[in-house]
Order: sequence, then C-alpha cells, then structure tokens
Amino acid sequence: MGLSPLSTAVPATHETISPNWITTRLDFIANWGRSNSLWPMPFGTACCAIEYMATAASRYDLARFGMERQSFSPRQADVLICAGRLPFKLAPVIRRIWDQMPQPKWCISMGACASSGGIFDNYAMVQGIDTIIPVDVYVPGCPPRPEGLLYGIMLLQKKIMGETMVDPSLRVEQLVGPDGLFRRPADIDEISEPFGNSVHQTRSA
Amino acid sequence: MSEAHPDLVPGGAGAGDGATDGADTVTALRARFPDGFVRAVVMSGQTVVHVTKASAHAILEWLQQDPAQRFDYLTDLTCVEYRDPERPLEVVYQLRSLSRKADVRVKIPLDPQGPLDVQSVTDLWSGANWLEREAWDMFGVRFKDHPDLRRILMWEGYAEGFPLRKSFPLRGHWSRAEQTRQALDANPEAYYSLEELSIAEAYGELPADVRDRLAKAGKVLP
Repeated sequence: MGLSPLSTAVPATHETISPNWITTRLDFIANWGRSNSLWPMPFGTACCAIEYMATAASRYDLARFGMERQSFSPRQADVLICAGRLPFKLAPVIRRIWDQMPQPKWCISMGACASSGGIFDNYAMVQGIDTIIPVDVYVPGCPPRPEGLLYGIMLLQKKIMGETMVDPSLRVEQLVGPDGLFRRPADIDEISEPFGNSVHQTRSA
Repeated sequence: MSEAHPDLVPGGAGAGDGATDGADTVTALRARFPDGFVRAVVMSGQTVVHVTKASAHAILEWLQQDPAQRFDYLTDLTCVEYRDPERPLEVVYQLRSLSRKADVRVKIPLDPQGPLDVQSVTDLWSGANWLEREAWDMFGVRFKDHPDLRRILMWEGYAEGFPLRKSFPLRGHWSRAEQTRQALDANPEAYYSLEELSIAEAYGELPADVRDRLAKAGKVLP
C-alpha cells in the first residue's frame, strides 16, 4: 500500500547505547517478565467481547499466559485489547484510554471490525483502530475463536521478547498531533478505502 | 393445544372486549378534526391515519385522552423518507391502547425540502423524549418544545448532517481523515457530564425499591 512508517522520531534527550552482553541479558529478563505478565485492558464493544470472555474463562484460561488480572483501569494495564467495532463516537474515548496507559504498552486489535471496520463500511464506524491508536497485533476473524486470540497474544509475547532497550523509539508515545490526527491524513484515507464486497457498495454513495 | 388466553382475541388488534376497531377511530377522528384529517388507509390489517402538521398535536392528544380512544402507550416514534423524491418525509407515531388492545398509526407528511419541524409530544408521553431525539439525530426533524433536543446516537457537535436522510451518502460526506479528525476533536465531557450520568443526581427520581437497595449497599452519598 506504500504507507509511510509511523513517526518514531527519538527525542534528542534520549542517549542511545549500543547493544552489548549486559543489555541483551537485561533485555531478556525484562522481556521475559513483561511478556509473561501482560495485564489486559479489555475494550469490548461487540460480539468479539463475548469471545474474549470465553478466552478468559476456564476452558481457554487466559491466566495461563500471565493475564490473570483483567485491568479495568488503563493506569494499571499493559495491553489494550479492542474487541469489537469502534464507532467514531468512541474514538476519543479509546484514544484517551490509550493515552492514560503507562509505558510499556501494547495493543491488540481483535476481530475484523476493530482491524478494518469489517462489514460496517459506513458513516459511523472507524475503519480500523490503527487510524486512532498504534496497533501491535491484528487478530482476524468475525469474531475470532478463543484459539485465534490466544495465538495473537502469543504473537505479541514473541514480539515483546524481541524488544531491546537500545531502541528507545519503542517507548515513544505516538500522540495526536497539532493537526488533530495521530497519523497522516492520506494514510487514514488509504487505510479506510473500501475493499472486498464494499467496493461494489453503491447505495447512495 | 393449550386453551387460548381469554384476553387474546382472534383477529388481532382492535378486536378487544368492547373495543372500537380502527375504522371507528378513523370515523371519530375525521368528524372531530375535519381540517386535520388527510386520509386513512388500512395496510396489512393496520390502520394508518395521515394528519396535517398543524393539527397533529391536538389529534394525538385527543387520541390519548378521549375516553373512547385511550391510546395511552406510544409504542414507537420514528421517521420515514422514501427513495421517491415526490413522496413526503413522514413522522410516524405508533400508538397502542393497552386497555382496549387496539393500535393505530399516525403519520405526518412533511415536505423534505421545507422546514422539518413538528410539535413535540413529550407532554403527552414522556417516553417520546429519546425517540424524538433519535428522529432529530437521524432525520433532522426539529421537535418544538422538546425539553432536551440533543443528538442521541451521534455525538453532540456532529456536523456532517443527518445520516438517515436519503441525501446522505452511506459513508458520509467527508473523507475518512476528516471524519477521524472531527471524532477525535469531539469532547464528550462537554456534553455528557459525569454529573448527568451520576446516580446521586437522579436519586430522588429512582423507584423506592432501588433507593432502598442503594441505601443498604451504602452506595448513596449522604
């Protein structure tokens, strides 16, 4: 699609260090701890939240992955799981929740609607929450089965294991800029373009 | 087969005990409001009365309060706009008489190009409050003397228009980037304060059993 990468400019105050034996050992222990004690902040808006609840319940048991504690406060959460469609009315709400979460933090976009708008290609719906907040893992499905979400969580754990302290851009907050958006308008339009069956949607459009 | 409940009379709406049927309602309405009555049709067994905008409130009040009518329950209030631009935009009131087990549908035809304003019926049915807000939000019909005519589904300050109008494109007028900017710029707290939603504020209006439960749970501010 030719999207430009998100702005990850490192503030001048950060002093970069080169990787060495100490940083890689520290990275390993920190990442091991972080990836195995992810506290999820569930943002359930639709049917995906039902699958999320099933994932958290005893049969699939999210606690096996260190997610025992569901955090219903963004200030004590590590990973925001957006489970369900996001209307524009909730865009400032999820943005506020994301901004309130302390670093390090990650985001899982669960299901077709959160990832792309899904079947709701209309005036009311955000066409992918990555136009509002940065997303680490997209879980496909409508809704995804619990196995799908667990796989997404394991992918996130894998991603976290690959992080390193020598890359300070990982922890840079990607805030809403002075133009009122967190990524370039052209990118949002491109991400939001109709695809699949929506291309043939001609009603009053 | 179980025995039919005595209240469930075959033949559906309007066939209740001692009730007048839809045709009687139409006859009485026509005699009483010769200027307000436009036409009446029966569609799929449902009586639909078209009335003028000017007399609509008086007719609805009469339907609610006349002893022979007693349409005490507003089932739904909504709007319809048709694809045919010649057809008027209609405000629809679906009324139910719980005591008479009768239904009637009242429609006000409005010119889609003209000013869309009708008299609010919140003074007759309090439940019309949110229904009229929804009709305002989606169709842009102004309800005069409504106590709190704010948008209800879209956020207050939504400036793109009225989404269920036929002139409104499915994906909206603006680009997705502009829509996203407007949405992120919205400040929900400016319109929906925590105080507004606070249960402490509404405590006096809650039913007695709910108040008791809250008091026992210690959930009420002194």
